[in-house]
Amino acid sequence: MLPLALTVLAGPLGALALIGLVPPLRRSGRPAAFVAIAGTAVALMAAAALAAPFVTAAPPAPAAFELVWMPLGTVPAIPFGLLVDGLSASMAVLVALVALLVQVYSLAYMAGEPPSSLGRYFAYHALFAFAMLGLVLAHNLLQTYVCWELVGLGSYLLIGFWFDRPAAGRAALKAFWTTRLGDVGFALGIVVLWSAAGTFTFAELFAKASSGAIAGGALTLGMLGIYAGAMGKSAQAPLHVWLPDAMEGPTPVSALIHAATMVAAGVYLMIRVAPLLALTPAVAEAVFAIGVATALLGASMALVERDLKRILAHSTVSQLGFMMAAVGSGGAAAAYFHLLTHGFFKALLFLAAGSLIHAFHTNDIFSMGRAVRAMPVTSACFAAGALALAGILPASGFFSKDEVLAAVLAGGHPVGFAILVGTAALTAFYIGRALLIALVGAGSGASREAHDPPPAMTAPMLVLAVPALAFGIAGPTVSRLVAAPEEHAPVVVPILGTLAALGGAAAAWVAFRRGALEIRARGPLAPLIRALERRWYLDAPFEWGYRVLHAGVFRGIAWLDRYVVDGAVNALAWGTWGAAGRLRAIQNGRVQDALYAVAAGLVLLAWLAWGA
Amino acid sequence: MTHILSATLLGPLLAAAAILALPARAARAIRWVSVAGALVPLAGSLLLLARYDPRAGGFQFLETVPLIPEIGLAFRLGVDGIAVPLVFLTAIIHLTSLFVSWSLAEREKEFFLFIALLVTGVYGVFVSLDLFVFFLFYELAVLPMYVLIGIWGSSMEIEGRGPFAALFPKIGVGRKEYGAMKLTLYLLAGSAFILVGIFLLWVEGGRTFDYATLAAERLGVGVQRSAFLLFYVGFGVLAGIWPFHTWSPDGHAAAPAAGSMMHAGVLMKLGAYGVLRLGFGLLPAAGAELAWLVGGIAVVNIVYGALAAGRQTDIKYLIAYSSVSHMGIVMLGMAALNEPGLSGSVYQMVAHGVMTALFFALVNLVYGISHVRDMTAMGGYAARMPGIATFFVLAGLSSLGLPGLAGFTAELLVFLGAWTSSHAWWLIPALIGAFVTALYVLRAVRTIFLGPLEPARSSGLRDARGAEWVGFAILGGALVLLGVWPRLLLRPLNAGVGELLMRLGG
Repeated sequence: MLPLALTVLAGPLGALALIGLVPPLRRSGRPAAFVAIAGTAVALMAAAALAAPFVTAAPPAPAAFELVWMPLGTVPAIPFGLLVDGLSASMAVLVALVALLVQVYSLAYMAGEPPSSLGRYFAYHALFAFAMLGLVLAHNLLQTYVCWELVGLGSYLLIGFWFDRPAAGRAALKAFWTTRLGDVGFALGIVVLWSAAGTFTFAELFAKASSGAIAGGALTLGMLGIYAGAMGKSAQAPLHVWLPDAMEGPTPVSALIHAATMVAAGVYLMIRVAPLLALTPAVAEAVFAIGVATALLGASMALVERDLKRILAHSTVSQLGFMMAAVGSGGAAAAYFHLLTHGFFKALLFLAAGSLIHAFHTNDIFSMGRAVRAMPVTSACFAAGALALAGILPASGFFSKDEVLAAVLAGGHPVGFAILVGTAALTAFYIGRALLIALVGAGSGASREAHDPPPAMTAPMLVLAVPALAFGIAGPTVSRLVAAPEEHAPVVVPILGTLAALGGAAAAWVAFRRGALEIRARGPLAPLIRALERRWYLDAPFEWGYRVLHAGVFRGIAWLDRYVVDGAVNALAWGTWGAAGRLRAIQNGRVQDALYAVAAGLVLLAWLAWGA
Repeated sequence: MTHILSATLLGPLLAAAAILALPARAARAIRWVSVAGALVPLAGSLLLLARYDPRAGGFQFLETVPLIPEIGLAFRLGVDGIAVPLVFLTAIIHLTSLFVSWSLAEREKEFFLFIALLVTGVYGVFVSLDLFVFFLFYELAVLPMYVLIGIWGSSMEIEGRGPFAALFPKIGVGRKEYGAMKLTLYLLAGSAFILVGIFLLWVEGGRTFDYATLAAERLGVGVQRSAFLLFYVGFGVLAGIWPFHTWSPDGHAAAPAAGSMMHAGVLMKLGAYGVLRLGFGLLPAAGAELAWLVGGIAVVNIVYGALAAGRQTDIKYLIAYSSVSHMGIVMLGMAALNEPGLSGSVYQMVAHGVMTALFFALVNLVYGISHVRDMTAMGGYAARMPGIATFFVLAGLSSLGLPGLAGFTAELLVFLGAWTSSHAWWLIPALIGAFVTALYVLRAVRTIFLGPLEPARSSGLRDARGAEWVGFAILGGALVLLGVWPRLLLRPLNAGVGELLMRLGG
């Protein structure tokens, strides 16, 4: 198993090394793209081979490999290792598959870039794929953190890919800083757990925690820290603010990083440490509550958004909230199932959105229209993704959302369950709204010469459409992958879920027929709609905080240092200089003055001798 | 008996002599002689890394030449697991600083001569086992900087404000003469403390300068405390401890590329090394007693330096303040007084040395090309200097502790050490400092390199070329190497740190 696991990482790493270290290859553009795609393809094949045994009825035992990364004298060495189990192997397949499809899609989508930019783009992709797969296969917390930061770097670089656009640079910074804020907690959590347990390795941490060898306070603090990191990456409120802005990056990047893989990493991590979460109910409760709040928050913001990519970004925030709510309720298997289906259908939606944006040269859904006729393939793919997102039978999202809702109910959270069912209705409404306006409506772009993109873009969409629609049947297999018992939800759950979804979709249809989908801040609901448009004013505290830091604290300290601390040094120098100017008068060369001084010295010495 | 250490010292020293003999016209020959003089210690340092035996531990590759036996003075050389990585660091910075100065066109003979002398002093400090010789080398390392800044430096005006505003124009704050004088006087003041401390040890420790003899001596706690404080302040000035750090921004900003690379890259480490070697190493009782002070000041350094860096508009000042912050991490690891902390401290000396040298090399090149010092007057440079931008981002990522680069390895160890020390709270300001670093470094990246490139600013902009690439590639490669393969340095380091801890514990 080890060679296969290493191959998963070696593919993208090799591609990165080639493109990064051979400048002519990078500058040549398309050849670099093919190198990156080949690397990812290798990773996908290896990951599939790795995962295959785990989906059988008799899965093998998890396998871990490690070697010493940092030897530390008497303190236990810090290892570097790979953990292959059902969870990591299957997640690696998802990551490699979506990465491969997105890279192929990018070939056509980014065709207008100059060759050297294209090479850079694919180098970043290889870096991201390597880091993400490393994160998935990590067998200890530290290595997770290492890869976690590296995927953050990949995200930063790709959001800011069009670096000459000020908005892209800003969004990249915002993404990095916000996730980094969570990572401060993550780092603290890792250090705390290490000092309490003496190890970073998951298996050892679980064993020590369940035997009570880790103090309860340290475990809770450590888990809070880890969850803080997960909040940043997986866009949990209030650290979700970076994700909508991250849409400044190229659309394929949004599909890969900001929908299917990196933003799911936080959920993946919480699933990974679920045994620890089970021992810290207070943290689990927080994960659940913030998850529910995030689900509702994201869905509400999507209701009024006009930018197609941002609608999908708000939707991602919301769906990540669903997953976290399930993890917090003890439903790791449900969360993982939803993570997988969401990975497929949201990537599909983004690729379809990219195709629409490509055709209409705008992100505004009201400037699109009648794509159904002009772009049948794209429209069909978008519709498939929308069905899955809305959770309408038989699309995959129906099954996974059902499991999430059941897990929340089983976790003893009826209120959270009710909120999530309501959110499911909102979900169906906002995606129905986007679909109707962009694909069916007669918007200002309806008359344009839009058409389906080339096969390099349609093929990945069609491939993704299959699992987006059909992956629902894999539910029992997914439970087996994470070694969770198969549970049967009460029948009321799917009924309520379906009613909510159909209700939301019907509302969207009715509103569409009445031409009421262009939601404006008017009437009694105006303050609410304005709040939604301004994203609940949640960006403001961050902007304000940064401004205070920059214009207040930074400035204050810099001023203090330059004019007071260093000013005192200058004053000392000046004082010495001035004193020297005065004291120089002593050395005036007059013999009688010198003799006086000698006499005074003698008197002083005599007095000292007398005194002694 | 091998002569790796004396060869390491003789390389640059002979290069200095050869440069002195060469005519000033022979600019190319001077450069290549300098490079040859840098390759010898580099080879030496690689041999040390490969052949230092961590199992045997202790000081190895010993060489002794008696000088004045009556007062216990001898030319004693030897390295332990702590010195080996620092010799390696010096060799890297030494070589790359030459390549970065390749296109210098003013008094080349003198410039390369002073560099060679300075670096001889640095190697000497790391390999001497005699306190007197140590001090001589220390002074040799510190003094040439005055000339390097005074002649090849750059000036700017800084407006006076605050309680001492009137003094600014009188003293000429911001001018290179000011920077050079301030740096030199400050460091010499530190030297006075060190010299007193050394003599105190000589008197109390059996009238010898031999490190090994002094280390075996059981000194009284009172003497230890006095000597420790003398060393802490004396060396601490060079290590940039707060509030004695203000020479660093002005000095580093005024210095030429190779000067600031050398100074921030290795000379500041001499200060930290002095505290570690003479302070904690020779005076373990006082070290354990006063660790709270060292660590407390260190976290002030980390946070204060980072916050002050946040507001700088001159990139050189920004990097100098970030050095103040990062040297705090070095001192913090030391004060943790445990294995991860001490290893991390020395690792951070190397990591910060390489990273800051790369920063200063790049920034000086950007200044040289654009003739702009104010970062806010830049923007969009990545379009014309993609290579420089890439290396700048690499150095920045290392400074903010991105895994896979040297800075992370070091910070991780220091953080682990801080939390498991007797002052766990030190970790919190250290983490805050790391976060603020991400703020100012990436903001600088955006301000300088990203955004649209205005046509008015774009004329004459170019990427690095020729020998400049060699310097960047070596430094950037070292950052990656030290980030992914920590074993390289940890192998000797664990031995050195283990012995130090034995002494501190006993």
